Amino acid sequence: MIFRFGGDQSVFDPHGPIARSIATHGWWLLLMSIAVYLVVMVALLIALGRRRREIDDQPETTRRLTRNVSIAVALTVVILVGIAASSVVSGRGIYSPSGAGAVTVDVVGHQWWWDFQYHDVTPSDVFTSPNELHIPVGLPVVVKAMSTDVIHSFWVPNLMGKRDLIPGIVTNTWIQADEPGVYRGQCAEFCGHQHAHMALEVVAEPMNTFQAWIRHQREPAAEPATDEERRGKDVFMQSTCVTCHAIRGTDAGSHLGPELTHVASRLTIAAGTLPNARGHLAGWIANSQSIKPGNRMPPNALTPDDLQAVLAYVRSLR
Amino acid sequence: MSEFVHPVERRMTIGAADEERLRTQLERTWYVPRGIIGWCSVADHKTMGKRYIVTAFCFFTFAGILAGLMRLQLAVPNNHFIGPDLYNQIFTVHGTMMMFLFAVPVMEALGVYLVPLMVGTRNIAFPRLNAFSYYVYLFGGVMLVVTMLLNTAPDVGWFSYVPLAGPDYTPGKRADFWAQLITFTEVAALAVSVELVATIFKARAPGMSLNRMPLFVWSMLVTALMVIFAMPSIVTCSSFLLLDRLVGTHFYNPAEGGDSLLWQHLFWFFGHPEVYIIFVPALGIVSSIISAFTWRPIFGYSAMVMSLVATGFIGFGLWVHHMFATGLPALGLEYFTAASIVIAIPTGIQIFCWIASLWRGRPRFHTPLVFVLGFFAIFVLGGLSGVTLASVPFDLQVHDSYYVVAHFHYVLLGGAVFPLIGGIYFWFPKMTGRLMDDRLGKVNFWLLFIGFNITFFPMHILGLEGMPRRVYTYPDNMGWNTLNLVSSLGALLLVVGGALFVYNVVRSYRWGLAASDNPWGAETLEWSMSSPPPVYNFLHIPVVEGRCALWDRSADAPIVTGIRSDVREVLISDVMDAEPINVAEYPEPSIWPFLCAVVTSGFFIGSIFTPWALPVSILPLAVTLIGWFWPKKRDRERAIEEQDEDRRLHDAA
Repeated sequence: MIFRFGGDQSVFDPHGPIARSIATHGWWLLLMSIAVYLVVMVALLIALGRRRREIDDQPETTRRLTRNVSIAVALTVVILVGIAASSVVSGRGIYSPSGAGAVTVDVVGHQWWWDFQYHDVTPSDVFTSPNELHIPVGLPVVVKAMSTDVIHSFWVPNLMGKRDLIPGIVTNTWIQADEPGVYRGQCAEFCGHQHAHMALEVVAEPMNTFQAWIRHQREPAAEPATDEERRGKDVFMQSTCVTCHAIRGTDAGSHLGPELTHVASRLTIAAGTLPNARGHLAGWIANSQSIKPGNRMPPNALTPDDLQAVLAYVRSLR
Repeated sequence: MSEFVHPVERRMTIGAADEERLRTQLERTWYVPRGIIGWCSVADHKTMGKRYIVTAFCFFTFAGILAGLMRLQLAVPNNHFIGPDLYNQIFTVHGTMMMFLFAVPVMEALGVYLVPLMVGTRNIAFPRLNAFSYYVYLFGGVMLVVTMLLNTAPDVGWFSYVPLAGPDYTPGKRADFWAQLITFTEVAALAVSVELVATIFKARAPGMSLNRMPLFVWSMLVTALMVIFAMPSIVTCSSFLLLDRLVGTHFYNPAEGGDSLLWQHLFWFFGHPEVYIIFVPALGIVSSIISAFTWRPIFGYSAMVMSLVATGFIGFGLWVHHMFATGLPALGLEYFTAASIVIAIPTGIQIFCWIASLWRGRPRFHTPLVFVLGFFAIFVLGGLSGVTLASVPFDLQVHDSYYVVAHFHYVLLGGAVFPLIGGIYFWFPKMTGRLMDDRLGKVNFWLLFIGFNITFFPMHILGLEGMPRRVYTYPDNMGWNTLNLVSSLGALLLVVGGALFVYNVVRSYRWGLAASDNPWGAETLEWSMSSPPPVYNFLHIPVVEGRCALWDRSADAPIVTGIRSDVREVLISDVMDAEPINVAEYPEPSIWPFLCAVVTSGFFIGSIFTPWALPVSILPLAVTLIGWFWPKKRDRERAIEEQDEDRRLHDAA
């Protein structure tokens, strides 16, 4: 149980070409290390435990030891060169994509959430998907790493290694999943108070599902259908919500916080902190500080009725 | 002055009465002042060295308690015991204190105490600077402890990355306290390094040519030179941060053309050598202990020395392996992979030479050697995980995960703290005149060894399971619960082990067996005098006849005479062969370095709050420095004499 590899974020549970190449290389490194460790420890134990003899202080013993130490050093050099070569070879495959990128996504770090902005030649088709990165299975996706505040690091262990998101610098990398699934990732560079609660989901899906998702995300927000949802929208538009959140198709247009146009379609809220369920969402809206202390969203003193109405509206934004 | 040679006499020519007279005279000359003012005026390297060591262990204890709190918080998922605000302060202060206030100072402190004894001189070079550096270090450390207790401690990590640590994202004074703590420790570490280099290069006893220097002294020399080359980088980087925060410069602000990666280059150009600054002295301790407990010189002296020096050089070429994930060009990264792997070679050579020494010698398993064996078991593992981290692809996965936390605790605790504790068991009789309890020592070792492995080994697996560092809590369903709980339980054993060490120190200090001059039969010069050493260290400065000063000493070993005993005169020798070339007079104890340290500390702390601290402290600083360097009456008389002599010579010509 203790040595089980394959948890949600295991490096040795790869589901994409980058992670697989690193995992293979990593196993090799670990086995090599264990072997070297055992040899050194056995040598040490023999040195400590062996019977002492009169000739130990003779020059011939020194000569023999010199030879043995030299052999050990030479072996060390050979092993190290091997490691360096293996490292360069497996590195080659991970720096640049295996083919043309199917999609290009800007990964933008914020304190403490992620914004995934999908490029398109048509400006109106550009959209963002906070905290949830959808990718098509089996195709490389180009990732442009950037940040608007402090340094974060984008890391989805099942799929790829880390790439820092650095303000003022944009770097390119790529990600690819081989099979459909939801892969958890997490910020890996300390970024302040809520670094611990800055997770994300990568949803890898077949191409047609992915394209359907894209088409849906480009749509503006759904109009409220019931009275309660309509009232919720009014409360939303008249309260502090609009100072930070945008909902496309409405007057709410601020991008300080995650966009909520299709918030109800997402798997989690608060950057992978809680499942996207009505109860959690209610708690989050009322007082997010009790869930994720120090995050940028203030508590909202809504009346119970208003809170229920806002909930109904937000939950309708599929 | 180069023709100046001291007469070297055979020991038997000095009568017992003369020896007694000399001893009384030297005791009077090299007195250690008493009273409160005297306490602040001491300039003796042994007293200052002991204070340094005790202070460093106090900070070690404080930072260790913080580590215990972190393990308590992480024992179970979604724990509410400590919130993010406090947790971030705790891990920042833990790291900062361990690196800057414990690991580096305690190693230098050991050097301050031991190097003058090992090279055969009467005090460290620049003894007043030594006192100054101690007080600056002490005041800086106390400042950090106070900020922690006042809940205003730095909370941006011991690496303090910008822009997080910049004025926009960390308002308040927390990051400034961090930056100024760095200034305090920089000043102290640079001062001590200069003293050590000067002592090692210019004050060795005759006969101790470079190729006869004990390996511990070599390791302190390499360390001190590394400090001198690494510190300017962090001076620059923390000063820029302070300027950004205090007076609104934009060195690190990308919005105004600054560069947030600049910080990382500057910081790690210091930060990586820093690891070796901590680790290289430990290598010297290991060599000292192994040769003492096998009664044989270390196998492969030249290879050992060259490995130490090589480590010192290569250590400066690895810094980018802390930045593999920043997206730098691949070719550059591969260079740093190669460099990081190359440094394993000198380390490997030393490990093999030690094993050969143990193979050839007759090991006696006293506590110091047992700690060194623990060092092998832990450090080799840490070194190997370090090699895996040098590989860019693998590092991209495990970087900033608990795998790295496991790695550097194996390297720093296993590679530096285990030898250090072994070293304390080893030199304690010399420093205090009493032996530490050996049986308790072995219990102490097993508690620490087992506790250490239970605490830190699971972290390797946690990292590979994807747990990032520096998180104050983690979700329930990640498969990390068991290992975190195991790790926290292991930390309990470490706490018990640490407490037992303190108990053994205190008990042995009061009631330990009295130690002879050389209880272990070791070979270096510090074992040639009484335990604890007399204030003047050596009654006669010895002449060294071989690499193992005491083992190679002939029955009628020559000694140096002709050094004045009525003033603090020491022999100055040349760098390569330690030929005597001159004498120098060391200053008397003085209160001025202490006062200067007080003013300097006031300036450093004041400038956290206002740039006016600089102009305000200039005057008192000048006063204390003038007091510090005020020439003594005899110096003035001597200068006048020399002037007259020059004039006469000039007239005659």
